[in-house]
Amino acid sequence: MIALPPAPAPAPRRQLLIGTSAVGAALTMLFGGMLAVWWRFRENSPLRAGDGEKLIKDWKPKGVKIPMIPVNVLLFTLILACLMAQYAVYAAKRADRTNVTLGLGLTILLGLAGLNAQAYIWGQTKVGIRDGRFETMFYALTGSFFVLLIVGLVFTVVTAFRHFGGRTADHEVVTSHALFWYILTVIYIAVWFVVYVTK
Amino acid sequence: MTTIDNRPEAVSSALAEAADDAGRAIQGVASWATTADHKRIGRAFMVASLVMGAAALLVGALLGIERLNPDDTVLQADSIGQLFSLHRVGMLYLVAMPLLLGLGLAVAPLQIGSRSLSFSRTAALGFWAWLMGSILVIVAFIGNGGPGGGDADMVDLFLMGLALALIGIVAASVSLVTTILTSRAPGMKLDRTPALAWSALVGGLANVLVLPVVIGVLILLSVDHQYGRLVFDGNAGILNWMSWAISQPASFIAVIPALGAAADVVITASGRRHPLRGGVLVGIGVFATAMLGAVTQVSHDLPWSGSSTGDKIADVLPFALFNLLPILGAVIVLGMVAMALKAGKPPLSAGLVFSLTGLVVIVGGVVAHALAPIVDLQLAGTTYDEGVFTAVTSGGLLVGLGAIAHWGPKLWGRRIGDKQLLPLALLGFIGADLGALALAIAGFQGQPAMAGGGFDYDFSPQLLNGVAMAGSSLVALVVVLFGLLALRSFTSGEAVGDDPWDGQTLEWATSSPPPANNFSDLHTVSSAEPLLDLKPARSDA
Repeated sequence: MIALPPAPAPAPRRQLLIGTSAVGAALTMLFGGMLAVWWRFRENSPLRAGDGEKLIKDWKPKGVKIPMIPVNVLLFTLILACLMAQYAVYAAKRADRTNVTLGLGLTILLGLAGLNAQAYIWGQTKVGIRDGRFETMFYALTGSFFVLLIVGLVFTVVTAFRHFGGRTADHEVVTSHALFWYILTVIYIAVWFVVYVTK
Repeated sequence: MTTIDNRPEAVSSALAEAADDAGRAIQGVASWATTADHKRIGRAFMVASLVMGAAALLVGALLGIERLNPDDTVLQADSIGQLFSLHRVGMLYLVAMPLLLGLGLAVAPLQIGSRSLSFSRTAALGFWAWLMGSILVIVAFIGNGGPGGGDADMVDLFLMGLALALIGIVAASVSLVTTILTSRAPGMKLDRTPALAWSALVGGLANVLVLPVVIGVLILLSVDHQYGRLVFDGNAGILNWMSWAISQPASFIAVIPALGAAADVVITASGRRHPLRGGVLVGIGVFATAMLGAVTQVSHDLPWSGSSTGDKIADVLPFALFNLLPILGAVIVLGMVAMALKAGKPPLSAGLVFSLTGLVVIVGGVVAHALAPIVDLQLAGTTYDEGVFTAVTSGGLLVGLGAIAHWGPKLWGRRIGDKQLLPLALLGFIGADLGALALAIAGFQGQPAMAGGGFDYDFSPQLLNGVAMAGSSLVALVVVLFGLLALRSFTSGEAVGDDPWDGQTLEWATSSPPPANNFSDLHTVSSAEPLLDLKPARSDA
């Protein structure tokens, strides 16, 4: 073996943060691609008369009503979840274990509220997945986001376990966790605009 | 009656030995199944993709026989379309991409002086997801479930299997990219990373950005196919929606690491410091960026005649950006490789010949791809595209084989004999060229590509189709023979030292095979060729 000079202690590596960013890029492309397909179908739809005299794209069937209140509640829930995840980062940097607990606990609670809101949206929309093209695409997209929310919750639970397991000096996991919730929220904002607002 | 009885102590000793053997075998299988060692994960990717490579190439040869013989069909009419898509999906996502990803996983961490892979369990999970997904894809095809297949359950299985395989590739790519970005040895800046590690980084990022879009489309197709089939016209529409993912320029994404691997093999063989080594990294970067840009675009046709100057400029600009820029990147890499060859005059080795010929075939494919959008050549809808696909995937496969011949001694401590491999390298080059050129020339002559799930036999140049089939069979034969030779070398090949090629980069500074944590000490590097720093007389010669 050739003897190269020994190295000093390695610098902090931020592996988890870089890995989370890469996963975030992949998730953004995943939903970007799915939304692009949705948009293409919507753009290629013929025109029909809307509620007034305005012509609109005949993509969302006439009878389908999307309940905008839970849709917007889900948006604000996710923004709040980001704030709580960031609050946990703030507390972790100050070695404030109580407030890290509070931040992560509230993130879990808000994540569960998000799942509940998504399930409520499905219940209120009252359409079946086989009812038409809009409905199939609607469930495929929102269902994928539902799975992503569950992944976010699992990440929060793992972060909490690691922190309470004694790795309080390891801020990177809490920071990466916050980054993941930011990515998740940005993706939902895109879904919110394309699927729920422009429909 | 004579009774022959064993003594009790001899029986118990034989039983204990058998139990030991069985225990060792179980332990061996379990250690591979649960491994988090990047070298093992990389090797598992490479071995599995080579096995699938032989199968995919044989499917290609079978399609060639079918095309050759319009009067006496070999295959059932409804299976031609499915086998065609199996060949495409297989060569790209079950062979070229995982082979080169596995190479990156096995070698890149050693090259950058890392002791392990970041998120190694994720990479291992990625391998198993890819393997399971690939098996599901093959099972689905066997059960009449490819795109356009007749068994709805099997079509569902195909869509989910392919999505699972791609998720596996993305997971392993995330792990590799993170390792190269965060775990380099002290002093190894990004511009000092070896060409293979650099191309593995760029290729991994390309996988992370492109494959999720394919996965998204597969999710939509799968949900639609299971519930109603109202959106994408059922299984007939599957190929329409995912054809972009199994043709050019998406296929070029798979072979990005091949550029770096080939350059690394040649530079190492030259035994000298490359004066413009940064140019290799720039070339790979330009190629990958241009190809990533091209994947986001529809094909920009170039009508050469009959348009005004203003229109011509408007047509030429996007054409140049997405078709000529990749050529620039690939040619820069080829130029740098030629420069290393000229300066170093390296001895002929199988790794060198495989890598060099593979690189030439890939560059040929890139150049050929740029001709396809020129409207006046009338290549759209012909077998020309199949020729380009064959060049890209076969070239990637050849470079992969060369890389295994080159880095194999590091990975398992024994080398594959050059005497046996050199003829194989030449055969592989001839096979890849025949397969690609014959289809491309047939495309120029106007032979229509497969459409509507079958071949058009009205215009079918027998000689060219026969040559293409022979080329595909030859490459399949090379893969099988290479696999057998590698297997023999793994068990009884000539043992080699730690640095059999007089290498320049960190992987040659550790033992062959390396220990579990790669290096006993962390090294500090002060140049792109840390080992040459210790051999000043040779490097400046």
